[in-house]
Amino acid sequence: MQRYLTRWLDIPDLRRIEVYEAHGGYGALRKALFEMTPEQIINEVKNSNLRGRGGAAFPTGVKWSFIPKDSKKPVYVCCNADESEPGTFANRYELENDPHAIIEGILIACRAVGSHTCFVYMRGEFFTQKQIFETALGEARARGYVGADVMGSGFGVEITVHRGAGAYICGEETGLLESLEGKRAYPRNRPPFPAIQGAFGCPTVVNNIETLSNVPHIIARGAEWYKTMGPASSPGNKLFCLSGHINKPGLYELPMGFALKDLIYEVGGGILDGRKLKAVIPGGSSFPVFTAEEAVKVNMDFDSVRAAGSLMGTAGVMVMHDGTCMVEVLRTVAHFYHHESCGQCTPCREGTGWIEKLLIELEAGRGRTEDLQTLLSVATNMEGNTICVLADSLSMPVKSFIPKFRAEFEEHVRLGCCPFKEDGATPHATGGGDGVAQTPAAAPNRLSAQSTDTDAEADN
Amino acid sequence: MPKLTIDDRQVEVPDGINLIEAARLCGVEIPHYCYHPALAVVGNCRMCLVEVEKAPKLQIACNTRATDGMVVRTRSERTQAAQRAVLEFLLVNHPIDCPVCDQAGECKLQDYYMDFDRQPSRFERGRKNHKGKALDIGGGLMLDQERCVLCARCTRFFDDVTHTSELAIFERGDHNVIDIYPGRKVDNSYALNTVDICPVGALTEKDFRFRMRVWYLHRTPSVCGGCERGCAIDIHHHRGRIYRFKPRHNPEVNGYWMCDAGRRSFPALQSESRLTAPLKPAGERMAPIGWDAALAEAAAKIAELSHAHGPSAIGAVAGAHSTNEEAFALKRLMAAIGSGRIAALAWSPADAPRDDNLLIRANRNPNARGLAAIGIGADGIGPLGEAAAAGEIKMLIAMRADLVRALGEPEFVRRFGPLDYLLVLDTDANETGQMANLVLPIAAYPELDGSFTNFKGQVQRLCKAFDPPGEARSAIEILDALAARLAGAAPRPGEAPLAAGAVFAEMATAEPAFAGLTLDGLGEHGAPSRTPTA
Repeated sequence: MQRYLTRWLDIPDLRRIEVYEAHGGYGALRKALFEMTPEQIINEVKNSNLRGRGGAAFPTGVKWSFIPKDSKKPVYVCCNADESEPGTFANRYELENDPHAIIEGILIACRAVGSHTCFVYMRGEFFTQKQIFETALGEARARGYVGADVMGSGFGVEITVHRGAGAYICGEETGLLESLEGKRAYPRNRPPFPAIQGAFGCPTVVNNIETLSNVPHIIARGAEWYKTMGPASSPGNKLFCLSGHINKPGLYELPMGFALKDLIYEVGGGILDGRKLKAVIPGGSSFPVFTAEEAVKVNMDFDSVRAAGSLMGTAGVMVMHDGTCMVEVLRTVAHFYHHESCGQCTPCREGTGWIEKLLIELEAGRGRTEDLQTLLSVATNMEGNTICVLADSLSMPVKSFIPKFRAEFEEHVRLGCCPFKEDGATPHATGGGDGVAQTPAAAPNRLSAQSTDTDAEADN
Repeated sequence: MPKLTIDDRQVEVPDGINLIEAARLCGVEIPHYCYHPALAVVGNCRMCLVEVEKAPKLQIACNTRATDGMVVRTRSERTQAAQRAVLEFLLVNHPIDCPVCDQAGECKLQDYYMDFDRQPSRFERGRKNHKGKALDIGGGLMLDQERCVLCARCTRFFDDVTHTSELAIFERGDHNVIDIYPGRKVDNSYALNTVDICPVGALTEKDFRFRMRVWYLHRTPSVCGGCERGCAIDIHHHRGRIYRFKPRHNPEVNGYWMCDAGRRSFPALQSESRLTAPLKPAGERMAPIGWDAALAEAAAKIAELSHAHGPSAIGAVAGAHSTNEEAFALKRLMAAIGSGRIAALAWSPADAPRDDNLLIRANRNPNARGLAAIGIGADGIGPLGEAAAAGEIKMLIAMRADLVRALGEPEFVRRFGPLDYLLVLDTDANETGQMANLVLPIAAYPELDGSFTNFKGQVQRLCKAFDPPGEARSAIEILDALAARLAGAAPRPGEAPLAAGAVFAEMATAEPAFAGLTLDGLGEHGAPSRTPTA
């Protein structure tokens, strides 16, 4: 397997421009400027079948081709560096270690769509990362890669970094554009799509950092090379963010289609403390959870994960062992989306909070069996009925956690407490006398999703 | 003209309109909170979700353009499920305090709940979010953040219509609130329009709230008499009292809005100073006399003075608050007398606002152009006043013309001091009335049928909301009675008073500006007068 996204592991100081240049850096830009027309660049990226790494997996070349060729307005490229999906940390490493690949990707994208201005919308918490990126940008400007006349080609590109102020919704592409324009980051209705009316009313391409850092490699080595990695429907390498109850958490560059089982047990060194795998969220907290049985059968590419009932999203793979309370995980997920809902659309604004309140009650042992039905119905009512997909980002976990771990949710109701908590038996409990006798150590075995399925049915 | 199907109805609609408007054209209501035809589409409330054939997801009707061949279902199971869901969400954190909410009865949460939901609450777990209540945010507005559905109509109104942006959304998610910026209050001339467009009880009018439950109010279409714009309004009244003015949509005049000053102009129409009986000086004071005696005296004075000094010794002034019919009736009376001395008084107070870019006009007279179209007032009252000062005029009929206030007392005395007889027709006791030999109480415009012509020449209909107070009568009835007495016709008790429509019909024959128009034919939006008169 060849690494190209995480070359910094092999090349010390790759973030410095001399080192980056010494390893072929800005060669792709030279090629794009002097050997290729914008159409050829777009076609090459189209042929490579590079799909957006920000979560939606939309083909990048196709996205670029939506920009009107004869636009009388300026065209903008926006680099989405507002990485904030829970469980995701790829962009952060890229900013720290390979900023010139991002800059080169931006410059090629600008050339392809005829843009002279790129805004890098960077997550506000990325303070160090911003400094590193700005330093790299300074180097690139000094060497004539960025500025009024890129490499003497007569083509000018200016790159401006805009820092966010800590809202998850600014990572949604139209929320990002609103925020960039100085407004409240309320996602926009589409149509019009950003390609027609994006930043400041002008045609705009919004690409994720990881998407853009794939671009120089595709241009340098060609679409055919790119397609040698991963399945034809989603080629290339992917940065996997492995976290949770895993022995070797971290960022891994692997080809698309890599088996999740191998990611967990081989690459990630297996489950922490030698425990049993219980569940995996494959794509960042927004997406449906896999049970252990499902997880070990899945290959990690956009289409395979989708076929298995979830989405690869940002490839933020979160691993949970058998001591994890799934009610608490879902409550935590709900807390995040409740906190981060911008509040523009009614179903999301009110539904995320409602779901969190119900889950707080359930986790505290004050839930009722009917609450599970209410949760599912609220999630269904939120889904697909809002301007952006933040509502779906909570709806999908709710609608996968509850059916897949229903027995565990019901156990909270029956016991009147959380069986995974040390103090689970004492507070809040209104009934559930047999919960008192449970020790936390004993609970996981009894409560694993598979073993209690029959119990749950018997209870009903 | 795209043809589409909405709930199995085939409909052809104008190009470029959205599904809410298209449905409205075929009598189908698609419920909505955030959409307003005069504001930018934001699509945040999600109440207007409808099923559109071939679209996998439900579509918001406000942001979906009606296109050819589209099949829309506004009452399908999926659509109804979404409507119920959105209403349920809207009520999750709503205080449900209808019994003490002043919006009750005209609240879209109540209406849509009854029309589209009627489900029991499932929100029983956990506490509702609490937000600010009864906040005085300036501009005569009271804000209840808990009742707010965050449709952002108010913020868009201040952003896009008044360009003052006093309101914004603060916080995030279900903590979102509409609020003013720290240390700044709502301060613009159109703030109360946000009360009209607020679909719920979040924004209420400080002056109106808790005065009257809205289901007791009757609505009568009329025209605001506050300035020469003549915004179309509905008069909301109960038992002969006006409780509020609301703008009535008229694309030719005011769109959906009216100014706050116009909205607040109604208390002056029902103040303590309203005249309720004909008055005649009796020693130091004015004393009531009967109508018959009053009309007999007025007619006798006209006859006596025109006989003694010629018809030109009778002059008349019509205030530009007079309706077209009143002005025409006065002109007709003067013609019957044989005097051409008739002038218009179009006076605006010194502190009147200037013209602005939206609705407000510096000329505070609602019918200045109408009087001009009837041929009254091209020269103002200057020549008439000088003729009176020269002693050429012995008797003046002043209708809705508070000359003392307009001219100031010294100037009034200089010009009109030589008069033998001053006959005043007015709604309220005023200084001119104090100087009069006879004061006849007349109906204010909410008590009248008739019309105003606004400064652009749009002739709009006023409808009578209720009877004038006490013995006050409509001015056309009085002028007609005077004309009848002068002609020697015996008063016929019990005869129906002259209808404004009949005067209008005569005016349409006599005055080219009104040719071809009828009062009933003016409709909701009025009609342009025929000859522009600058």
